[in-house]
Amino acid sequence: MMFIEWLLAFVQALLYVALAPLLVGWIRTLKARLQNRRGPSVLQSYRDLYKLFAKEARMAHSASLLFRAAPYIVFVATWLAAAAVPFVTTSLPTAAMADVIVIAGLLALARFFLALAAMDVGTAFGGMGASREMFVSALAEPAMLMAVFTLAMTAHSTNLASMMDYQLFNDPVLRPSYMFALAGLVLVAVAETGRIPIDNPATHLELTMIHEAMILEYSGRHLALMEWAAQLKLLLYGVLLANVFSPTGIATTTDPGALGLALVVVMFKLALLGVALAISETVLAKMRLFRAPAFLNLALLLTLLGLLSHVILEVGV
Amino acid sequence: MSLGELPFLQQLTLVLAAVVLFTSFALLEQARLVAAIHAFAWQGLLVAMVTAIVAASGGYPHLFFSAALTLGLKVLLIPWMLHRLVHRLQLDRHREPLRRPALITMAALALVIFSYWLVLPLVQQELLFTRNIVAVSLAVVLIGLLMMVIRAQAVVQVLGFMSIENGLFLAAVSATGGMPLVVELGVAFDVLVAMVLFGVFFFQISESIDSLDVDRLNSLTERAEEES
Amino acid sequence: MSALSWILILPLAGALLLAIIRNLQWAGWLNVLISTATFIATLALAFTVVEEGVLLSGLFRVDDFNVYLLVLTAFVGMTTTIFSRPYMQHVCDSGRINHRGMRLYHSMFQTFMFTMLLALSTDNLGVLWVSVEGATLATVLLVSLYRTPEAIEAAWKYFILCGVGISLALFGTVLMYSAAQHVIADPAAGLSWSTLYGVASQLEPSIMSLAFVFLLVGYGTKIGLVPMHQWLPDAHSEGPTPMSAVLSGLLLNVALYAVVRLKMLVDGSLAATASPHLAGNLLMGFGLLSFIVAGLFLHRQRDIKRMFSYSSIEHMGLMTFAFGLGGPLATFGALLHMLVHSLTKSAIFITVGHATHIAGTQSIDHIRGLIRTQPAVGWGLLLGVAAIAGFPPFGVFTSEFLLLTATMQSQPWLTLVLLTGLAVAFAGLFRHLHPMVYGPVPEGQQPVSANMLPVAVHLGLVLWLGLSIPDFLARWLDRATELITGVHLL
Repeated sequence: MMFIEWLLAFVQALLYVALAPLLVGWIRTLKARLQNRRGPSVLQSYRDLYKLFAKEARMAHSASLLFRAAPYIVFVATWLAAAAVPFVTTSLPTAAMADVIVIAGLLALARFFLALAAMDVGTAFGGMGASREMFVSALAEPAMLMAVFTLAMTAHSTNLASMMDYQLFNDPVLRPSYMFALAGLVLVAVAETGRIPIDNPATHLELTMIHEAMILEYSGRHLALMEWAAQLKLLLYGVLLANVFSPTGIATTTDPGALGLALVVVMFKLALLGVALAISETVLAKMRLFRAPAFLNLALLLTLLGLLSHVILEVGV
Repeated sequence: MSLGELPFLQQLTLVLAAVVLFTSFALLEQARLVAAIHAFAWQGLLVAMVTAIVAASGGYPHLFFSAALTLGLKVLLIPWMLHRLVHRLQLDRHREPLRRPALITMAALALVIFSYWLVLPLVQQELLFTRNIVAVSLAVVLIGLLMMVIRAQAVVQVLGFMSIENGLFLAAVSATGGMPLVVELGVAFDVLVAMVLFGVFFFQISESIDSLDVDRLNSLTERAEEES
Repeated sequence: MSALSWILILPLAGALLLAIIRNLQWAGWLNVLISTATFIATLALAFTVVEEGVLLSGLFRVDDFNVYLLVLTAFVGMTTTIFSRPYMQHVCDSGRINHRGMRLYHSMFQTFMFTMLLALSTDNLGVLWVSVEGATLATVLLVSLYRTPEAIEAAWKYFILCGVGISLALFGTVLMYSAAQHVIADPAAGLSWSTLYGVASQLEPSIMSLAFVFLLVGYGTKIGLVPMHQWLPDAHSEGPTPMSAVLSGLLLNVALYAVVRLKMLVDGSLAATASPHLAGNLLMGFGLLSFIVAGLFLHRQRDIKRMFSYSSIEHMGLMTFAFGLGGPLATFGALLHMLVHSLTKSAIFITVGHATHIAGTQSIDHIRGLIRTQPAVGWGLLLGVAAIAGFPPFGVFTSEFLLLTATMQSQPWLTLVLLTGLAVAFAGLFRHLHPMVYGPVPEGQQPVSANMLPVAVHLGLVLWLGLSIPDFLARWLDRATELITGVHLL
């Protein structure tokens, strides 16, 4: 039994890696359709990764060992973080480590090495991208933690699996705090995954790029790993939003039928999130970088209001 | 009793009350005048909805009347009047960005905590399910005050004043299940007259100092007298 | 119809009528006529109340406490209209306001009187709030009547500060209502002062004290308590003089009246707790602060109306302090002080109105030699200031003496503070007064047609009250004192 559970956990981790490019491809296709282009196939991101892995990895003369190691560290850290988030079931041995603080820590580790690697070569763009990334994340991280704490105060745990179980095993309740936390976390997710209006993943415009500026020096398999890690992060946040705020459908056992159903449900939720993201990216324009603090302050405000409304409106009703 | 045991409508009231608080923040930080007027209208609508739901679920039929009053006055009439005034004063595209937004947000959040602390005795005494909303309504009042203190634009100050009235109305609904009708009518009448007078003043002020920045109305301070 | 309904219907009908009458001569006389009729109606009401005791009907409650203020309000209103008829005619002739401004003035004056009388006679705390807010709305356009930048600024400040302040009072009222709901079954009676007073001891103390803080800040803004007083000097100095007279003489009293009524409820509720004097202590603190700060500010004024408005703040502070002190002697003194202060201050503002017309300015530095240019105005100002500064044998001396005695009995150390404050205020007033009355006459200064009758009547009454308080008035105030403190003085 133990063995099957561990196997399931492993499969779930693999699912993350396998499905991450699909989500990005889905969003790209949708955006193309919304902009009246035919656009690439949904599977294009897989082909891109395959092509990159096949190519030779070139490196700058000034690159150190850190530059070489960073893609692996970033990918593994992001993968570990993703693997901790319950995807189809909450009853896995990995659920014990599905603590939001662990996840935030792993993501911070990945970001740290990403920024270090960006500065390693010593080009202007790398340093600029790294400083911008740190600027954005310094503002986004408090908001994220605050959102998570709001949820944790209701569930009395910072463990994601317990939070989901709490919601599944109690009657559905309208909670103002959840609403605020959700809104705040959406903004944080948009900022952290480098989407419009904070960053535009589709361009290499030197004045505005953040994430693309950091991986500008990479090529071949290193670039592939970096891209894959970014796709994983997007999927991670998608699953976080989909499963934590509406865990309906997720399996609480290892029963195969329930697992299959959960997979279908979570894919459906992610597809919907993809639609929402594609629409918002089509409608919105990218902000100037110095407006980013206002955007992230809004996220922080929302999450703080979530925390306060939990205390004021929900306790002792 | 936990939140889950409340009927759905009452849970909805709490959610709406929380959104009222959010609109207060939106109003506080709004740079564009027209957008601020919209934010105010949304706040009024939410207050009217809270009132209607409390009326339906708490069994206070006279509150339906108050809800209609709020809807008519705060959602339709006053925003419409402000729109017209702003249009006639050619302020449609006026922007009034907030200085030090992060600091002011923090101050407003501190006010929310302060109001919660202040009404704690009431929260512990009351029996109504809406008692938790009293803190929210006091916070709306205090944020309106903060807005009037930090904003120098006359229209924005009036919006702050009117959002204070929204907060008071919410307080009356949540703490007591609505004031007696004669008082509510009197308050609504006062608010309406105040709005008309504010309109008159906009024109008087813009005639007098050629702007609606009331910070420029500063000839009557004790210091100014010293210098003259 | 009863006298009470006449008291309210007359000004209201007058306000509507004066808004449509185009002939200014008639309007001025009609204004006087209505105010006189209102005054007579309040006298009739006073007799009824004295004969038959407390009058309770629906939304209204008239007892010894408010009937005395009703009579005072109607009386000052009447004398102010007598003064304002020629005064405003002069303003209109000099072109500072047009005919529409005059109509606005007449109509809003009666609206203001209506809100004052309603606030005093109502039993419902909500209606009280509505009418005090209504008083702001009625007077705010009058403050900006002259349309100068300063007048508009003063009016805006007045509007915003009083509007916000009074909003906090509404929050306090809501809290009180919610406290009442635990005790009183009938929701409609939850705001009735008489009902609440009956059950005051059962009202939840924590909510009541919180409510009182909000109410005190709210109505305190209207009283002009420091630090919420900022609007008061501006509104007084920039508005037309009759407005300053009624603002100082009436509005501040009504706001103080509201606070005293509310304090009675809170005292009842807090009687059994660890801090039974919370409301009184708050009043004492705010009152003393206003008293001292206003006294100091008197010294640096350059505008004559501004100076006297600070004097109003000072006296309101003293009364607030006295009501906070509690006890029959202090309360009796405060009630008497309300009366004499209203009479004296409105007399002073009327005189100041004439003085500014003589000098053509409100600047203290340019008002000189009044007593030689026009002895009636000069003597009026001199005697008025002597009265307000607390010179014997005027009535203000009597009431201040009573207040000092009461303070000596319960808080001996504060007597010293009060005496210092009185001395500071006295010095502040007289250093400005002396050159205005006696100084060299500027060239070309001409007397104006002045109606000093209201001043003479007011100051005569204050003098009478100083020499001997008539027996019926003493008993009357004593009954009011008993109502407030529960103890007889006489």
